[in-house]
Amino acid sequence: MAVAILLIILGYIAVRGITSINFEFLTDTPKPVGEGGGIGNAILGSLIMILLASVIGMPIGIAAGVYLAEFGDNWFGKFIRFITDTMTGIPSIIVGIFVFTLIVLPMGRPSAWAGGVALALIMIPIVARTTEEMIRLVPSSLREGAFALGAPQWRVTTGVVLPAAAPGIATGAMLAVARVCGETAPLLFTALGSRFYVYYLDQPMASLTVQIYNYAIGPYDVEHKMAWAATLVLMTLILLTNIAVRYLTRKKY
Amino acid sequence: MSVTTQVQAVKSTNGNRAKSDLSVKIKAENLNFFYGRSQALHNISLEIPQRQVMAFIGPSGCGKSTFLRTMNRMNDTIPGARVEGTMLIDGQDVYTLGTDVVSLRRKVGMVFQKSNPFPKSIFDNVAYGIRINKMSESKSDLEGRVEKALTDAALWAEVKDRLKTSALGLSGGQQQRLCIARALAVQPEVLLMDEPASALDPIATQKIEELVVELKQNYTIVIVTHNMQQAARVSDRTAFFWLGKLIEVNSTEKIFTNPDQKLTEDYITGRFG
Repeated sequence: MAVAILLIILGYIAVRGITSINFEFLTDTPKPVGEGGGIGNAILGSLIMILLASVIGMPIGIAAGVYLAEFGDNWFGKFIRFITDTMTGIPSIIVGIFVFTLIVLPMGRPSAWAGGVALALIMIPIVARTTEEMIRLVPSSLREGAFALGAPQWRVTTGVVLPAAAPGIATGAMLAVARVCGETAPLLFTALGSRFYVYYLDQPMASLTVQIYNYAIGPYDVEHKMAWAATLVLMTLILLTNIAVRYLTRKKY
Repeated sequence: MSVTTQVQAVKSTNGNRAKSDLSVKIKAENLNFFYGRSQALHNISLEIPQRQVMAFIGPSGCGKSTFLRTMNRMNDTIPGARVEGTMLIDGQDVYTLGTDVVSLRRKVGMVFQKSNPFPKSIFDNVAYGIRINKMSESKSDLEGRVEKALTDAALWAEVKDRLKTSALGLSGGQQQRLCIARALAVQPEVLLMDEPASALDPIATQKIEELVVELKQNYTIVIVTHNMQQAARVSDRTAFFWLGKLIEVNSTEKIFTNPDQKLTEDYITGRFG
């Protein structure tokens, strides 16, 4: 049943979106209504900001998860766990406002940096908690085996526990990426959007989700068609990243 | 009497007893161990001679494994665990403040009840301890050490063509021998074995037992076992534990033919346990 609903949604998006997709649409920048145009800059912007968010968020999230799993059985660990759980529940628009006051106002303009940081803030708790869960799933016999060989704690964690938990951690990281891929609200305030190809992180940057939003609320049918197409592109991107990570983190041993 | 002679005959063929010197390798004095408030070991005093196999027998929960794990301080990680008394290895107390736990564990290797190969290749499993302790000078040196450890663990012939494949693809018996190889690779002096064959079929068990007898030429071996026949087959001396107390320690033949304590006899003959 759930799968059926999912397939219907996916199928509908594919049917509505596929007609508007062509090379120009995938590479061009938005143009005034009726002159065509595309979402090339939005695709690039999304990729840049998601990459930025991953670079910032994943190391922090994984480090926090490792800390919680290996040393987190004290009041500080409990505190951090509480904070991450709360952060997971915060609506993303709040994150957007937070980053708006923290980065956008001092900088004086929206920027890719702010967008990336906002997305990273959404990623961190997800990555941290899945990392913790996955590390806790590593059998303690593995740890003991490594300790018995004279390995110090940090070598046990980095050399045995993390590799054993890696596929699970990657899945968690993937979920986080998939989650931020679809985020619109935090980017509205922070990266704003742009009609051009932007290569500087301190400039406002376009993103697929914001572009979809802009097209979808537009009055013209052409714009709605483009929104569908952009949605299809976004979904395909998420799917591709998922497949790529599955492939890269497949069980070697 | 005839039983005793037979046991001795077996010992002299595979044991090389004459070669092994009887100096004390491990010595516990009045050792007490607590898990929080409950006391798991009561005043254990025991000497384990060098290059012999010492077997610990006793019913479940009697403290055999706990005592074994005090020897390489594997109990350290358990919250609330506390040790009183002394545990001397080569005359040095392992529980003094300045003890380097890392080098202790390198010297006192351990094999666990459930085989626990790392999710890595066979080669990397054996190489792990060597790399951790920075023991090899070159790649070929590392390869040589891995081969030696696998050979000593009687596994080399079976795995030499698939060293790069996953250790998790090995059979249970092979995994356990891999764990022995991994422990041997760091050149320990003592090998602690916590019921190493309890999860294995009879053939794999026999291989492990043959290996134990083989290894005692170079290592002091302490083996915890539920299987009294196993203790009788592989060990030179046997210690009987009961409710956290050391009831009797004697030569294996004496324990199994004419124990000093009534309790030991009752356990051996299957009246409890």
